[in-house]
Amino acid sequence: MSAETQAPDRRGLPDWAWYAGLPVAALAWWLAYGQLVPFSEWVVSLLPVDRHSHTGEALAFFVYDVPKVLLLLTLIVFVTGVLRSWFSPEKTRAILAGRRQIWGYPLAATLGVMTPFCSCSSVPLFIGFVSAGIPLGVTFSFLIAGPMVGPVGLGLLYGLVGWQVATLYLVFGFTIATVAGWVLGRMRLERFLQDWVRELTAAPVGDLPQERLGMVDRLKIGLDQVREIVGRVWIWVVVGISIGALIHGYVPEAVMLRIMGGEAWWSVPAAVVVGVPMYTNAAGVIPIVEALLGKGAALGTVLAFMMSVIALSLPEMIILKQVLTLRLIAIFVAVVSLGILATGFLFNAIV
Amino acid sequence: MKTVKVYGPGCKRCETTEQMVRETAARLGLEVEVEKVTDARSIAMAGVMSTPGISVDGKLVHAGGLPDAVRLEAWLSA
Repeated sequence: MSAETQAPDRRGLPDWAWYAGLPVAALAWWLAYGQLVPFSEWVVSLLPVDRHSHTGEALAFFVYDVPKVLLLLTLIVFVTGVLRSWFSPEKTRAILAGRRQIWGYPLAATLGVMTPFCSCSSVPLFIGFVSAGIPLGVTFSFLIAGPMVGPVGLGLLYGLVGWQVATLYLVFGFTIATVAGWVLGRMRLERFLQDWVRELTAAPVGDLPQERLGMVDRLKIGLDQVREIVGRVWIWVVVGISIGALIHGYVPEAVMLRIMGGEAWWSVPAAVVVGVPMYTNAAGVIPIVEALLGKGAALGTVLAFMMSVIALSLPEMIILKQVLTLRLIAIFVAVVSLGILATGFLFNAIV
Repeated sequence: MKTVKVYGPGCKRCETTEQMVRETAARLGLEVEVEKVTDARSIAMAGVMSTPGISVDGKLVHAGGLPDAVRLEAWLSA
């Protein structure tokens, strides 16, 4: 599909069409978003199920959440794509190079959120950073923050669960990325890099000429991101919402309280153990988070689950195996998991 | 004849980029040799930090995201 849809239309539209289309698209988005509840109730009323039965509840959740998440996802990915076009891994590297002071860590975490990069290029990025003299710990802060406090996760959390939880998540995700990077930096782990990476004293720095972008170019990038990401992620969204709908419709609150309630202290480590090997996109896990919280699961436990699913994933570790030894990967996972555990316990204790 | 290298571990965008390079060269009637570099180490050694990257005759011209069609023409015919 990509070949036909990408190449020819890129030069087609004149600039004014972009500027005119933007408010039209925004208006259409806003109107559609306002109709989510009536739409889902209408669809469920057409189906031969009792609205207040378990099945009716599950279906209503599903029919309401699928268009909602897809609309939110489209908006977030577009806005993020446009904003991130002002950043690039090359610029970020130039900013971070030689930052050995303590505030290199929060700076790296911030740039981790703002810099566009996909996990498929995390190895070249890692090498590009380390070979430019960016300390290992600072590089880790960057790599943890990227997925952990990504805009998709935050935006959906805001839209589906509320701004309070989204803000808490932002603050603690950012703190974990900063502190874990600092801890890893203090541990002097350079000796656990793969041999060939250590031997790279100064890798060639790509002297890339900066491509000059106009506003329309940035809008194109945003739209391209929507096509690429929504096209790839929608299946995770549907799977996540299906699981969320089953939880919402069928799991009794009493059971949820016993397994994931604040009283069950072991639920936090259990959530991390379950969450780490699980692999999905932020967009897939947040509908599950929404359903869990709705059934009375403890906030700390749910946050721990979400963080471990998003921030630590098996495929990512396998990719990083090319540059990190198994030992370093284990230390990395352990430090980040400890941060997540601490967050989970803290929230269950104070909320 | 120009040698064009497309750097990328094999994600969809990298394949699309390679296809764009071939199509653009064919459309302009240019003879180019397109080589795909998929090994992470070689990608990193070429100075590419975000994929897909493109180099023309050993000079890096692009990194990260699909290339712009107009710029691609310019790189190939320069």
